[in-house]
Amino acid sequence: MKYLIQFSIILLLSFIGELLSFFIPLPIPASIYGLFLMFILLCTKVLKLSHVKEASDFLIEIMPVMFIPVTVGIMDSYTTLTSILPEILIVSILGTCVVMGVSAIITQIILKRKRSKKQ
Amino acid sequence: MTDFFSNSVYFGAVISLFAYFLGDSIKRKTKIALINPLLISVVITILFLTTLKIPYSSYQSVTRFLHNLLTPVTVCLAVPLYEKLQLLRKDFVAIISGIISGIISSGVCVLFVALIFHLSHTEYVTLLPKSITTAIGVGLSEKLSGIPSITAPVIVITGVSGNILAPFVFKILKIKEPVARGVALGTSAHAIGTSKAFEYGEIEGAMSSLSIVVSGIMTVIIAPVFACFI
Repeated sequence: MKYLIQFSIILLLSFIGELLSFFIPLPIPASIYGLFLMFILLCTKVLKLSHVKEASDFLIEIMPVMFIPVTVGIMDSYTTLTSILPEILIVSILGTCVVMGVSAIITQIILKRKRSKKQ
Repeated sequence: MTDFFSNSVYFGAVISLFAYFLGDSIKRKTKIALINPLLISVVITILFLTTLKIPYSSYQSVTRFLHNLLTPVTVCLAVPLYEKLQLLRKDFVAIISGIISGIISSGVCVLFVALIFHLSHTEYVTLLPKSITTAIGVGLSEKLSGIPSITAPVIVITGVSGNILAPFVFKILKIKEPVARGVALGTSAHAIGTSKAFEYGEIEGAMSSLSIVVSGIMTVIIAPVFACFI
């Protein structure tokens, strides 16, 4: 029963997320409302880690397989994909280097500053 | 026969899951970063569907149950975030600044490419969530009226490139701080980057998995602003 209860709690939060996403006119997916809600409930100790831990570990472990159905959808959007393939490759390969570089440099600079202040 | 396969409730999921498992074991044995279980599964599934002439719509309807778990699993990401809260508190300013600067530079890169190549609004917003985890990226792409089925493979390509290119980026820019490496990998290459982060060490891995969630949430807030530009 432990798993059933954990899974029910997770589904309930997903459902509340859906409700919020329906009523709040912002481009925020239901899942993010649910994530926030779960996070707040954990921080305020309304929900204990033991109420959701095993089921959520399991779901996170198998997460990649949930991406399969939508990704197979390229079958139908194949022409759009090939028409912007060069753009996609530039954005994903060069863009990723830029994003990684910028966030690494900024994080490192601030960390070093903080440490030199302490000394 | 095509009728049978098209209507089969389990065929699509069986093929996809076994292909994923196959891809995962190849990856474990060869340790080649370019081999991604998700990509292998998708390629094999598409091969089966096209040879057996099963339309995507029938496959989609029978694998809906997997897709429907995306929202619950994203909700569950609150758990590792909560567990790693102490780490986040310790270097809060550095981590958050690193993540936000990463998200903004990601948006600027996509905007730049979109302007140079004259991409349509739909194509532009489809590419915007490229750096975040698929669980959040697909939902965001839908909400911005992009094409989720293109966003998903773009996210995977981004993750694989980040995983492969990280050593070069860190070497050229002299990034030696474990926290900085972790934040950069999680922000730019989500879960696929995080597997690289864990190769570097525990701190890198923990920081990277924390950054996946935080950057996913932040992107949901920042991307709609970028979406207004084209």
